[in-house]
Amino acid sequence: MSSPAVAPGAPRTPAPTSLALRSPIQWLAAQWSLAFRALRFWLTNYKRTWRGSIYSSVASPALYLGAMGLGLGTLVDQHGTARLGGVSYLAFLAPGLMAATAMQTAMGEATYPVLASVKWLKTYQAAAATPLRPADLLRGHLLFTAMRLLMNCAIFLVVMTAFGASQSPWVLATLPVCLLTGLAFAAPIEAFAITRTKDSSFSMLYRFFLIPLFLFSGTFFPISQLPEWIRPVAYLTPLWHGVALCRALSLGVVDPAGALGHVTYLAALALAGVLVAQRTYRRRLYV
Amino acid sequence: MPDADVLIHASNLTKRFGEFTAVDGIAFDLHRGEAFGFLGPNGAGKSSTMRMIGCVSPPTAGELSILGMDSVRQGQAIRARLGVVPQEDTLDVELTVRENLLIYGRYFGLRRDVIADRTSRLLDFVQLTDRAGDQVEPLSGGMKRRLTIARSLINEPEILLLDEPTTGLDPQARHVVWDRLFRLKQQGVTLVLTTHYMDEAEQLCDRLVVMDGGRIAAGGSPRELIERYSTPEVLELRFRPPDHDQAAEKVATALATTGLAARTEMLADRLLLYVPDGDAALAAVRACGVEPVTFLVRRSSLEDVFLRLTGRRLED
Repeated sequence: MSSPAVAPGAPRTPAPTSLALRSPIQWLAAQWSLAFRALRFWLTNYKRTWRGSIYSSVASPALYLGAMGLGLGTLVDQHGTARLGGVSYLAFLAPGLMAATAMQTAMGEATYPVLASVKWLKTYQAAAATPLRPADLLRGHLLFTAMRLLMNCAIFLVVMTAFGASQSPWVLATLPVCLLTGLAFAAPIEAFAITRTKDSSFSMLYRFFLIPLFLFSGTFFPISQLPEWIRPVAYLTPLWHGVALCRALSLGVVDPAGALGHVTYLAALALAGVLVAQRTYRRRLYV
Repeated sequence: MPDADVLIHASNLTKRFGEFTAVDGIAFDLHRGEAFGFLGPNGAGKSSTMRMIGCVSPPTAGELSILGMDSVRQGQAIRARLGVVPQEDTLDVELTVRENLLIYGRYFGLRRDVIADRTSRLLDFVQLTDRAGDQVEPLSGGMKRRLTIARSLINEPEILLLDEPTTGLDPQARHVVWDRLFRLKQQGVTLVLTTHYMDEAEQLCDRLVVMDGGRIAAGGSPRELIERYSTPEVLELRFRPPDHDQAAEKVATALATTGLAARTEMLADRLLLYVPDGDAALAAVRACGVEPVTFLVRRSSLEDVFLRLTGRRLED
């Protein structure tokens, strides 16, 4: 060996790594640059699997819209669509399914990959030994989740438009709404997932949370069809807010006050999730 | 003023998990360029100490400063200048060897060309150049360990922390790792390692502390510790199982009373006699009229130091 593998540990001046005492913009940039380093890890990983994920992102909405929207929809439409707001079942269903896709994508990202990182592969522990802090790892993963949400929902939007289910140019605004809906799920679930040592609670989460929400949050039929006593429960679920807002945008019947309500509710949930997740991440990684 | 060459200073360092005290008020100073070891059995508090030094485990009490900075308040800046080889491999087994180094280098904010340059040098150093493009999963345990070491050097750390660097490796792979660590030491990298292998500690450490039950039982260079806590030679005797205890008792008493053995240790399967001269002691044993099944005269090791200090054996 002629050249040393590493520089001898000679004294050197400390690197200026302090994040304090700079302008707020520099501070913010420094904060997020660390999150982007964590994001890069997820992107490198995703490079190996992105093709397969795109196929399912296209196939899933096509199958649902074909079977339920067109197939079942023909039957529904024959019995009158007054209760759907006078639109075809396909046009009613598609934006709801889009919000549900956001939920499913968020769930998928916030559960097993998080547990794998902290428990099975321990890549989170590896990263925690570097300048990255638990909060940076959380943000990096949420950035990646946001990217996946936008990808899946954009593909959904294209498929749904191809099916003729988009009714208004406002439908484009469903993308940020789906992002918000997804984060309202991803952040709190991530806060929970990082505390787990086994994946058994995830199948419970799917069985008793995701599937009931998928079925009863107004995706497939209006909440008004539910018995009156249970409707308030449906209104509390984040998915209903996402579905209602996406549907209003897709049909071009947005009520600004209602929309503001939905956005506020979803944003509050996402923010609360992030705040709790910052704590649970720290607690798990800084033992 | 603290000594500029003291890279790590700990005093009354304590870590508790609920009721359990993992590290019980230890103190040590670590100097630039030395290889410092924490030797002790599993559960002695070595890994907890390492995690505190790695700034991923806030101390419950006490003071810990690393590179002149506070381990809790300035953990991020400290971590930027540390290299960490954890006890369990934390490589991303689904990525390639090179990608693992790239990702890790990015965590430290290094530029891509800097990472590429260091990657080729480091892979050369750990003899993994021909596996650079391969996935990590199928690599052997020894290769993964070497890759972990290469990864820990990507930021050119001033202190390299190694938690049980060769646990779980076969003898040949251990020797390769030791050889690489020895080279790093020669290059002036400060090494901090934990181990429960005395041969590892003897091979690599300039200075070490013996830990037991969260406390430091003794500290010094391997040679100092052996001189202070043991005799130059050890005579190991085994007797026939039915009369092992009786024979061992007889020999131990005889040699202790004549002053030939400074100390005796009765283990389940053998008798250890701590003596200045093993051959002379063996002659004395035979003079008692007892013939051992097997005997061994050897030099004292850290194992004997540990036995003396804690009354227990290091490896089980």
